[in-house]
Amino acid sequence: MRRRAGRDRVAAPALVLAVLAVSFFTLPFVGLLWRMPWTRVWGVLSSHDARSALALSLETSLIAAALSALLGVPLAWLLAKIDFPGRSIVRALSTLSMVLPPVVGGVALFFSYGRRGLFGQYLDGWFGITLPFTTAGVVVAQTFVAMPFLVLTVEAAIRQHDPRVDEAARTLGASPGYVFRRVTLPAIKPALVAGLVLAWARALGEFGATITFAGNFPGRTQTMPLATYLALESDPESALVLSLVLIVVSFAVLLSLRDRWLGSRPAEAAAVTP
Amino acid sequence: MPRPDIRPTHRLRSAIGLLGSAALLVTASCGERQAPVQDPDASITVFAAASLTAAFQEIGAAYTAAHPKTEVTLSFGASSELVAQINQGAPADVFASADEKNMGKLEPGSVGEPADFATNRLEIIVAPGNPKRILGLADLGRSDVVFVSASSEVPIGRYAQQALDAAGVSATPKSLEASVKGIVSKVVLGEADAGIVYVTDVLAAGSKAQGVEIPAAVNVVATYPIAVPASAKHSDSAGRFVAFVLSAAGKQILAKYGFGTP
Repeated sequence: MRRRAGRDRVAAPALVLAVLAVSFFTLPFVGLLWRMPWTRVWGVLSSHDARSALALSLETSLIAAALSALLGVPLAWLLAKIDFPGRSIVRALSTLSMVLPPVVGGVALFFSYGRRGLFGQYLDGWFGITLPFTTAGVVVAQTFVAMPFLVLTVEAAIRQHDPRVDEAARTLGASPGYVFRRVTLPAIKPALVAGLVLAWARALGEFGATITFAGNFPGRTQTMPLATYLALESDPESALVLSLVLIVVSFAVLLSLRDRWLGSRPAEAAAVTP
Repeated sequence: MPRPDIRPTHRLRSAIGLLGSAALLVTASCGERQAPVQDPDASITVFAAASLTAAFQEIGAAYTAAHPKTEVTLSFGASSELVAQINQGAPADVFASADEKNMGKLEPGSVGEPADFATNRLEIIVAPGNPKRILGLADLGRSDVVFVSASSEVPIGRYAQQALDAAGVSATPKSLEASVKGIVSKVVLGEADAGIVYVTDVLAAGSKAQGVEIPAAVNVVATYPIAVPASAKHSDSAGRFVAFVLSAAGKQILAKYGFGTP
């Protein structure tokens, strides 16, 4: 069904605006690369603080993405399949952190899971767990803002998945768990991967909720975005290098996923769409 | 399937026209040179160290009362953050720093020499009633005390480290806050047990916190310089504001908030 691009009549004004949009997104990166201190890149990246920030960012964002999948897939299933009163309110609440300013999320986490928070005081008093100023606090902040991306993506896929296929498998004697693993899961896999990547990327870039809730200390809660922001004060050149790392990682992931999972199988995507 | 009509509509055309005229306007305003003659009553933007928040709010109000034509916009933050913003082109007409180091980072400097206008001392801030019984700097190294500070770029972070070093105490902060006000709020909200802040911050926190004195032998005297950055757009009006801060009226307000005179 794809028409060759050359045969489309191109509306000149739309093209101009589209090019404007492309340059709007591209120019900031050109500006950043323009000022990049190339000779210092390796020096900055091999510094202790930069390496610990990168390691911490990778560790926390991957855990946050995994947690998002562990809790988010069941939540997506609940929202897609179970019709219960107040479902739209539950959905809005569970995805609120996606549209909230992250710093507001951080403040909310602070007053609920902080040491004096509504629930945090019991975590502290009963289990001796305090989240602020810990790496676990970073993961909580990242999961809080990242999970909705996975939930919405997976929920849409589950909705579009034809339930009759599952029913057919069940009439053939498959257990519900088997059906989910062998029938439903493969069908929603592209959406699950896309949701995981979106959640991971969001967690990797998390700043506002992290610095508000988890504080800032190198090696413990200072992730790449925090290190980048703070380096802007002390050493702007190293902030450029740290930004470059985040851009390269994010860009590479988007590019590879687009080819492998998101864009290359239009036939299957069309089949899923009712 | 019918193809959507993608010919430009009237609305689209007028939008493009608007965009074009906006671009023209931007170009025109870029070409404009700043008038050589300045309005001495021009409204100004003052960048001041976070610890000056309450004092400068009152100074700003007093100044506007005396010069009704001049609107004073205040922006507070860590001196290190503010100087970075100014160097990246933030429109500051006055910069009041909590230390000389960050004042020295101004590019390309200031109009005239920076003038010292206030001093401050350090104190340990704790929760009301001092539940962790923190009696001095040595207690900040205790493992059951959550101590927060600021990075060494932020004046209070460096001053705090100087005091700890002078007292021979090794204390690892749980978090490095962005400014002295961040330390205050972590203690006031109960996330942290203690922090080293300025005497003026403890005073400003009122009943929500209390101070533990640091002996003069290991305490640090912070000197606050003020200047008009060379990049200021309204340097004449800004110079009048600086003169007001340095005047007896300015000093009186600063003293009210616990600042000393240099």
